[in-house]
Amino acid sequence: MQPVERENYLNKEYGIGSWLLTTDHKRIALLYLISITFFFFIGGFFALLIRLELLTPASDLVQADTYNKLFTMHGQVMVFFFLIPSIPAVLGNFLVPMMIGAKDLAFPRINLLSWYIYIIAGALMMHCMLTGGVDTGWTFYTPFSTAFSNTKVIEAGLAIFISGFSSILTGLNFIVTIHRMRAPGMTWSRLPLFIWAHYATSIIQVLGTPVIAITLVLVVAERALHLGIFDPKLGGDPLLFQHLFWFYSHPAVYIMILPSMGVVTEIIACFSRKRIFGYGFVALSSIAIAVFGFLVWAHHMFVAGISVYAALVFSILSYAVAVPSAVKVFNWTATLYKGSIRYDAPMLYAFGFLGLFTMGGLTGLFLAALGINVHVHDTYFVIAHFHYIMVGGAVMGYLGGMHFWWPKISGKLYPEGWARLAALIVFIGFNLTFFPQFVLGYIGMPRRYADYSHMPEFQVLNVLSTAGATVLGVGYLLPMIYFLWSMRYGKPASDNPWNAAGLEWKTASPPPTFNFDEEPVVTWEAYNYDELDAPNKQEVPIVG
Amino acid sequence: MSDSSVVAVHGEAHGGTDDPALRHHFATEEQQRNASSLGMWIFLATEVMFFGGLFCSYLIYRHWYFGDFAAASKSIDAALGGTNTAVLICSSLTVVLAIWAAQTAQRTLMLAMLILTMLFGLAFLGIKGKEYKDKFDEHHVPGSSFSFEHEQIPGHPDQYANPRHAEIFFALYFIMTGLHALHMIVGLGVFTWLLTMAWKGRFTPHYHTPLEIGGLYWHFVDIVWIYLFPLLYLIDRHP
Amino acid sequence: MFDNFPLWPQRASTAAGSVDALFIFLLIVSGLMTLLIFVAVLYFAARYRYRPGVPAEQIEGSIPLELTWSIIPLGVFMVIFAWGAVVYFKSRTPPRDSTEVYVVAKQWMWKLEHAEGQREINELHVPVGRDVKLIMTSQDVIHSFFVPEFRMKQDVLPGRYTVAWFHATKVGTYHLFCTQYCGTQHSGMIGSIVVMDPAQYEAWMSGGNTGPLSATGEKIFAELGCATCHRSDTQGRGPNLQGLFGSPVQLEDGRIVTADENYVRESILDPGAKVVKGFRPVMPTFQGLVSEEQLNALVAYVKSLAQPGAAGTKTAQSSGAPGNGNQVQ
Repeated sequence: MQPVERENYLNKEYGIGSWLLTTDHKRIALLYLISITFFFFIGGFFALLIRLELLTPASDLVQADTYNKLFTMHGQVMVFFFLIPSIPAVLGNFLVPMMIGAKDLAFPRINLLSWYIYIIAGALMMHCMLTGGVDTGWTFYTPFSTAFSNTKVIEAGLAIFISGFSSILTGLNFIVTIHRMRAPGMTWSRLPLFIWAHYATSIIQVLGTPVIAITLVLVVAERALHLGIFDPKLGGDPLLFQHLFWFYSHPAVYIMILPSMGVVTEIIACFSRKRIFGYGFVALSSIAIAVFGFLVWAHHMFVAGISVYAALVFSILSYAVAVPSAVKVFNWTATLYKGSIRYDAPMLYAFGFLGLFTMGGLTGLFLAALGINVHVHDTYFVIAHFHYIMVGGAVMGYLGGMHFWWPKISGKLYPEGWARLAALIVFIGFNLTFFPQFVLGYIGMPRRYADYSHMPEFQVLNVLSTAGATVLGVGYLLPMIYFLWSMRYGKPASDNPWNAAGLEWKTASPPPTFNFDEEPVVTWEAYNYDELDAPNKQEVPIVG
Repeated sequence: MSDSSVVAVHGEAHGGTDDPALRHHFATEEQQRNASSLGMWIFLATEVMFFGGLFCSYLIYRHWYFGDFAAASKSIDAALGGTNTAVLICSSLTVVLAIWAAQTAQRTLMLAMLILTMLFGLAFLGIKGKEYKDKFDEHHVPGSSFSFEHEQIPGHPDQYANPRHAEIFFALYFIMTGLHALHMIVGLGVFTWLLTMAWKGRFTPHYHTPLEIGGLYWHFVDIVWIYLFPLLYLIDRHP
Repeated sequence: MFDNFPLWPQRASTAAGSVDALFIFLLIVSGLMTLLIFVAVLYFAARYRYRPGVPAEQIEGSIPLELTWSIIPLGVFMVIFAWGAVVYFKSRTPPRDSTEVYVVAKQWMWKLEHAEGQREINELHVPVGRDVKLIMTSQDVIHSFFVPEFRMKQDVLPGRYTVAWFHATKVGTYHLFCTQYCGTQHSGMIGSIVVMDPAQYEAWMSGGNTGPLSATGEKIFAELGCATCHRSDTQGRGPNLQGLFGSPVQLEDGRIVTADENYVRESILDPGAKVVKGFRPVMPTFQGLVSEEQLNALVAYVKSLAQPGAAGTKTAQSSGAPGNGNQVQ
């Protein structure tokens, strides 16, 4: 028996037009959710083919040219069309205005434009992939990409160039929103750390993305017009490309992990029922990561032919950037101390994140060590390292956040039992897939190899990895199924099923179109779990 | 629970008229104006990074191939480039005057200054077009018909520029000035829209934010040129 | 470890031990850190699980703790950095009297030429216990020369030389991989390093020899007319190349550069880039007129002129490094 449904952002208007022309940040977040999930499937499909090919040493499932396209497009799709937008465009778009007490982002129409730019870029990328694809590796190194590859480098480059604008506009929108649209009483030190994380991410998006944009312009121009900017035969320097490329692509990895850290912070606070330990340090560490992240790019180039002295500088700076991340891990752990901990699915994802991000981050220390880097660069060790952070870290954070805020977004509860099972399957599957790759890398298996028939000793570890990947795949499919199921059959959610702190929980689930019935006035500190859990809890009014 | 009551609450609470220019998600016009302004400044920061990558590449090659770049630079017309610099600086002045005119409710002056700005912009593009044509005629456009033989390196009477290095100069020259010109064209589009809005009387001393942020963009395009001109046209020039 | 699926690569060079030592140190540090976090998280999660009536204790933070767990990790990181830097510095500094091998990478094979003249494709025979220096360039795209069992890797670039070295410690055959993606047959661009004991190596060396690389270079030097300007006195239009290699050179713009492999190569392909003080820039470019192999031979020849009075000798030269008497037998 359905009670009369309150008006909310989902039922306010129906029809495809009301979605495709919406300026409501919450609807735009859902548009992004559908699009990035689509690309996650595409990238995941490529990963499946890669892992199936690597079951046997010979290049017998697909030809070498096809394999080269598979790993290239897996990387491009996953990085540019899934990971970079994921949390900011879905959870960030949905929550940033609500968490600061605003009715929308500063520029709602630019927000919609941002999605359309992403879709156009995605369509161009799909067209590129369907009409031949590209085989340069997601890193596009010259002169292979500019003068030797026979594949659709220009089209792929343009698609990524366009997608960058989507990223820039989202970041711009968040920065202005956080600066100018905070509700009365919402001072910087009362902001949820999710906001701090997205603020830091947005700075990187805004300052870094234009550099990959110009780099791609130069690559496309060089390829189309046979210029010599990166081609030594014409007086150019291939290392210049690498510097320009990594100047963005290193900070890009922080775009991918910082939002996830913000999510994990919110979850750990809620499910420990206490304020995050060291709020100020966690907030500043996000900014520190954003700043230092711009100073370490050439640690991708230690064996590329840079001078020994440059290598020393970039190695030491890479250790500097590791410190704020370590600080976060310690603060999260310390938050658990004397907490009152529950093991709901979001928290299980947060635990998984803690473990996997720690491991991934520590292996970064290996890579930053110049002496070790020489041996493991361009091997499966690097692949394992970045998947631990991007999948074990970023994706787990994303899934944890989707579970945590699902009641707010959909107004329904997901099935808790299945969700905990899925979290466990993801954790186990992930480790099975990627831990063997550390060993594979150290024993010498290079990246981007379609065929290892002369090195049969690599097979056992590859088989283990592929087995793990199938488990991981199951773990990813489960939430897609039960989230969809819950939209129709899930129990209706209350305004604040987790009794969580944060303005977003003080409005209905799902929220009304303009988020709050009246503009909130904030008189309390962030993470006021003591007040929320007080025995004689007085509902603190949000209106002044 | 409907929006109109919420808007009404805001309108009354903040004492102003229900200004049609105030968008619903902003509480006050001041907030909206500050947000727009900050947004444009951040956008300009992205443009700085965009051109910055290009400038960086240019500076590196200029350092490595200084003589060759000097020879190539000599072949582009500094008089035309200098004229264009003056044109753009004047256009920035007219933009400022247009804004001042809006602030002081001088409609005719505002419209005249906007039109003048656009004319300066068109003049800039015209002069640029002439320069490009000259380069095309001299076979200095990178590609299969590029030729740069026996060009002396300034200050080194017995040394000739390496054509491949000179071709890099021209590649960067066309990309840098070409992207700049593209931004000018976008700027002209923006100003067409501003002119239309101004014609329709949308700008008042109270509200002329689009003029201000459009002006910011125009000034930025001007500043990029002020860097481009000496970097590209004035390498090792002597009177 | 296990024959069918090793969990650790063999150690077959002097570098391997140093790299492995640092790696094991990091394994220990990371292992301890991981254990610490895992144990803390699991312990706290269990010990402080929700119990009705027992609220969480709100703890704001602790500046001493924050400083401690910032400064101590930073200290550990600096130790790791310094250790890694030392290992790296060594790996990028070839010893003085190394045996030299010129490597030309191309899609999708490795062409190697010993300074003594032997040519190999996808295989490199070296003696055990000797320093071997690789002088490498690519004909097309970027490749990377990787020998896991030597813990050695260096990207190979078109348009310039990059250098790597190793000192093999165990007789055997080891994998050589290209590890910078280079196109269709990237995973087929593999080979072997065959490390032999010195006697076997000498035997191998003496079979099928085209003469030392420097002699080939000398021939090309004559054929291309280089000797017209680069005379062995001071009358030439070009600098005397005797004793040039490895010395500092003053350029006409005031800079001082060292005459290394890349300098010689650049001087042949782009002579206007660095004009020597006191000389006029009249040298023509040989870009497009010499192959990578010919360039290698010319570089080897110029190196062989490093010994004063050793100009143009037709006797079998050892590798160009002065004072290497190993080959005189």
